[in-house]
Amino acid sequence: MAMKQKIRIGCGAGFSGDRLEPAIVLAEKGELDYLILECLAERTIALAQKRKLQDPTKGYDPLLERRIESLLPLLIQNNIRLITNMGAANPIAGAQKILEIAQKQGLSIKVGAVYGDDVFENVSPETLAIETNEPLSKSGELISANAYLGVEGILSALQADAQIIITGRVADPSLFLAPMIHEFSWTTNDYDLMGKGTVIGHLLECAGHITGGYFADPIKKPVENMDKLGHPFADVFEDGSAIISKVEGTGGVVNLQTAKEQLLYEVINPHEYYTPDVIADFTTVYLKEIGEDQIQVTGGTGKAKPPTYKVSVGYKAFYLGEGEIAYAGASALDRAQLAGEIIEKRLKPQFPELRIDYIGSSAIHRTNFGNTSIPYEIRLRVAGKASNSSDAALIGEEVEALYTNGPAGGGGVRKYVTEVIGIVSILLDRKDIQPKVQLFEC
Amino acid sequence: MKLYEIAHSRAGDKGNTLTLSLIPYNESDYSILCSTITAEIVKKHLSAIVSGEIIRYELPNIHSLLFVCQHALLGGVTTSLAIDTHGKTLSYALLEMEI
Repeated sequence: MAMKQKIRIGCGAGFSGDRLEPAIVLAEKGELDYLILECLAERTIALAQKRKLQDPTKGYDPLLERRIESLLPLLIQNNIRLITNMGAANPIAGAQKILEIAQKQGLSIKVGAVYGDDVFENVSPETLAIETNEPLSKSGELISANAYLGVEGILSALQADAQIIITGRVADPSLFLAPMIHEFSWTTNDYDLMGKGTVIGHLLECAGHITGGYFADPIKKPVENMDKLGHPFADVFEDGSAIISKVEGTGGVVNLQTAKEQLLYEVINPHEYYTPDVIADFTTVYLKEIGEDQIQVTGGTGKAKPPTYKVSVGYKAFYLGEGEIAYAGASALDRAQLAGEIIEKRLKPQFPELRIDYIGSSAIHRTNFGNTSIPYEIRLRVAGKASNSSDAALIGEEVEALYTNGPAGGGGVRKYVTEVIGIVSILLDRKDIQPKVQLFEC
Repeated sequence: MKLYEIAHSRAGDKGNTLTLSLIPYNESDYSILCSTITAEIVKKHLSAIVSGEIIRYELPNIHSLLFVCQHALLGGVTTSLAIDTHGKTLSYALLEMEI
């Protein structure tokens, strides 16, 4: 196989619930070599694990069927390889589902499932969590433990000619780095190249984040045609530089501002960005606007990968009870505050961890920096922790009772009960974790 | 004048840690931001939100600053009782700063 000098990698989803259409546009018109769908947030796997426990054929991403049904014919027609972490808690069942969809559509496909991230059986409840410095068992009943894998499993699947690769937990940038290593025959201990590829992956992994999503501000940062927001692709070169752009005719913008915001997004230390493949240095990156919707990325360096894998452990934390009620017109804030005081007196004895927010005044930032303008309308929100769902329901019920037992003119009550899954982390030695690949074909 | 007039920001979260970038619209304003928007000043401005340490990183290649704020998200995205559990709105709290 002749080595390529350039590959084009698109990112068509940046979280589990992301829009479906931009990936279709990328597959249709993007002239891609690879399409990546990044669909796993911190807690997504723990929730998927719960679905798998109820039904062993589930536990992959709930949107998998819809995404694959619309994308599969385009992937085959345009010879695009798909890499996605939509396997969530059950990559094998996800791969089987993809095969089933292909058979229904009369298409032939080779799918690689990457797993080995699920280390729930190997994790001792006595291990100290990084965040709490206490044994995991103290956090609550444990329900999942998944290691952030690197490129290894994906590379094996690429070498085995899988056109679709579906993984469980993999570090987001690794989904992008793997095809670069594969196509350019990079060695995985060339840490500067691993760093460069990781930078490109990080810039792409949140999809719309670099094309104007989570960015647009009509006053200071106007973005056109947000309703048709395109998702990004990168032309990656064998030296580890790249040009990031989007499909012509889509909405949004790729410029220096969107790229800078995304480069620093969720970065805890820009000198040392940890992934299972490399410790990358983002401070050595240069960004340059070289055309309309075209950002050139150069630089980026790295040093040897960490000796451990990070493992996210999901646990049953508590039940969240919430209730909301609205007040509007004269004395809206005063009436909402009176309602808040009443609720606090009624609920605090039973719910010591109670939060009272005044939406429209100081709820979102938990302060308003002394802004004393009087809002026309206010929504009171009450939230509290409970150990079971029937206790949690009492919070919304008490807010609802404000209709007839609270201040004048309260309306629009909504109440919610949510089971909350918490996440803590531990580190596991590399030798304790074996990435694995299983191939499926039809 | 508010910081909002001369710079933009994006908020990110990792557990209970909040990250806030600070990016001047004019790259020539980078050195002024470096000398005026210190970690101490941000810590004071965000005192109602961030209870832990704030570390500032300088990225001269891209003319940007990054503030990493510990104990900023009432326990973090998975277990916070706040409305905005991620702290995604907090970029605009930073930009409220009077300069």
